[in-house]
Amino acid sequence: MDKNCIFLQQVRMAGKTSFEKAFLSGNEAVARGAWEAGLKTAAAYPGTPSTEILQSLSAYPELTVQWSVNEKVAFEVAYGAAVGGVRSLFACKHVGLNVAMDPLMTASYAGVEAGFVVVVCDDPGMHSSQNEQDSRWVGVFSKLPVLEPSTPAEAKMFVAEAFTISEKFDTPVIMRLTTRISHSKEDVTLGQRVEVEPKPLVPNMQKYVMVPKIARMRHEVIEKRLDKLRAFSEKTRLNKIERKDAKLGFITSSVSYCYLKEAFPDASYLKLGFLYPFCDEKIKAFAASVKKVVVVEELDPFIEDHIKALGIRKAKFKHPSFRLGEFDPGLIGEVVAGNERNIQPMPVRPPRLCAGCPHWAVFTVFKKLGLFVAGDIGCYTLGSLPPTSSLHTCICMGAGVTFNEGLRLAHPDGKIVGVVGDSTFVHSGITGLINAAYNKAKGVIFILDNSTTAMTGGQPHPATGRTIRDEPTKLLDLAELCKCCGADHVDVIDPVGHIKALEELVRKRIDQDALSVIIAKHPCVLKKKK
Amino acid sequence: MKKTQYNVTFGGIGGQGIITASELLGWAALYDRYSVKKSEVHGMSQRGGSVESHVRFGKGVFSPLLGAGQADFLLCFHEDEHARLALFLKDDGVDLFEWLDKAQAMIDNPKMLNTALMGVLAAYLPIQQPSWDRAFETVFPEKIRRHNQDIFNKARQAAQTAMNPKKRGRDFKNEEMIYDLERND
Repeated sequence: MDKNCIFLQQVRMAGKTSFEKAFLSGNEAVARGAWEAGLKTAAAYPGTPSTEILQSLSAYPELTVQWSVNEKVAFEVAYGAAVGGVRSLFACKHVGLNVAMDPLMTASYAGVEAGFVVVVCDDPGMHSSQNEQDSRWVGVFSKLPVLEPSTPAEAKMFVAEAFTISEKFDTPVIMRLTTRISHSKEDVTLGQRVEVEPKPLVPNMQKYVMVPKIARMRHEVIEKRLDKLRAFSEKTRLNKIERKDAKLGFITSSVSYCYLKEAFPDASYLKLGFLYPFCDEKIKAFAASVKKVVVVEELDPFIEDHIKALGIRKAKFKHPSFRLGEFDPGLIGEVVAGNERNIQPMPVRPPRLCAGCPHWAVFTVFKKLGLFVAGDIGCYTLGSLPPTSSLHTCICMGAGVTFNEGLRLAHPDGKIVGVVGDSTFVHSGITGLINAAYNKAKGVIFILDNSTTAMTGGQPHPATGRTIRDEPTKLLDLAELCKCCGADHVDVIDPVGHIKALEELVRKRIDQDALSVIIAKHPCVLKKKK
Repeated sequence: MKKTQYNVTFGGIGGQGIITASELLGWAALYDRYSVKKSEVHGMSQRGGSVESHVRFGKGVFSPLLGAGQADFLLCFHEDEHARLALFLKDDGVDLFEWLDKAQAMIDNPKMLNTALMGVLAAYLPIQQPSWDRAFETVFPEKIRRHNQDIFNKARQAAQTAMNPKKRGRDFKNEEMIYDLERND
């Protein structure tokens, strides 16, 4: 059975009432919950820890799902469907949401016709990310509601709630998960799919043409919407109070709640599931009802700052050293006590390029020639580690191409090259290459084409000619594309078994006063295994 | 004291099948009607990095992760990871590391190491045979399922034989642990 379909295995449990269960990850539960809520379409670009949401959705044949070329495109496609009148979902990792910020900020003004949910998966502890940003702030910035489940079972319930809230308040809804929720699994009760009728396409320019005159009116509308959401936050069951011991109360959210429940089973809890806008009255009443109140949250002081603004003087907070990294059951006592983080995690075995990976050949040449390599996001970022140690920058998707140009502004004669993967090049490298050609930049851009999005588990993209469901589609020819973008030379070479030829080619191109692209093409070893 | 909760920490390196092993236990526990949670770190593990997984089932499980000194069983597939993860084990927890070499001797294909070690672990757990069988159906593709089940059963048999008869898996069975099906309603 296809691994991606594992969550479709349903278990009929005998009991007082008969119902079905499955062992689902947070991501699978989001997919299942969205499907049950009558979802019609979804779009995303792969990114750990969010990837499995779309993979799971692709197993439902009645849905239209796609890997988009990047998060901005995915957001717009999915949001367009919601404006068109069908329930729709966009999923991304935290840094992916940055790419989609442009449409997100104005989608907040325009609102929706049918429910639209933005699922963002943060990565506290940076298991596989380049930063540790806390996406909850996006709710404040964009004036959108933020839901935050604590477990996979909750994620499934919350996503259905998110669609209802989206339609009721005419707003996109952000649902924020973390790695620990996306990639944890638990027994989840399954339900039936509810079909939701698509709405007719009726022009509404006063709502969807965001020119200044209309945007000014819409800004007024969304400020009022925030007030309504605030009132909703006070009464929704997503903000749950559990009354036990009045001596100790916790205000918490996300997975922190799970750690606390085991360490302090007798305490009282205000668990914020509808995180933003905050339920001020509920928070104040809860704080007043307990002798001691402690705020427990991972990463930034998001709840903390708000509680300080509310003037709840007796509230206690974590030590600032805990704004880094994720919590775990071993740390939670320290967090509650307000102690400084002093437990150093055990060193873990670092990842490395696989045996037989085609990137080895390329990085071997880089090392030998002593090049300064502007890197990008993907497996090849591991080229920065020993023994090759030949990748010198990694900031964000697409920067391998543009950093070559920027670094050369500082050092026009430097031995500088840019490196980008095939999927990453399509994601956001193309514009950088056009920019380099347009602005007469020189240098060599490597596209390490392993014909898959390898780091996230091998998803297809336009240059593979396959869709998310592995159906054939139009194939993007990278070599032709690079020529069209304005590269002076485009070479395609198989690096495996041709190290000498590759080295000669690099020597030749790097000395030329030209903008060159070298496509090192060899399939990913993991892909070949499949 | 009656045991109401089972906590297992798995550790190894990318490619050793830790995720599959913990997946098998998770589904088997679910089919046996326990409340079950699993956590793992697999961001870049496919590239040979450390892999760690926790599976917890029984009553009162909230956290998907275990803390130091909370694991009843430690199942490590690699010496280094055993050194790293040993702190998770309870003082009276069972460390199955001694079985690594024995398990290796039982298999003809290194990819089956996870299945053999799972067989050893199964000897200590209260999960019924039909639930394991269903879990195999869920987790393993058909063409390698039968062979894996054989290895699993062989390893479990070996572990049961080696074990103090008092501690055999079935004696752990505690009806009170049967999952309260109304928890989520």
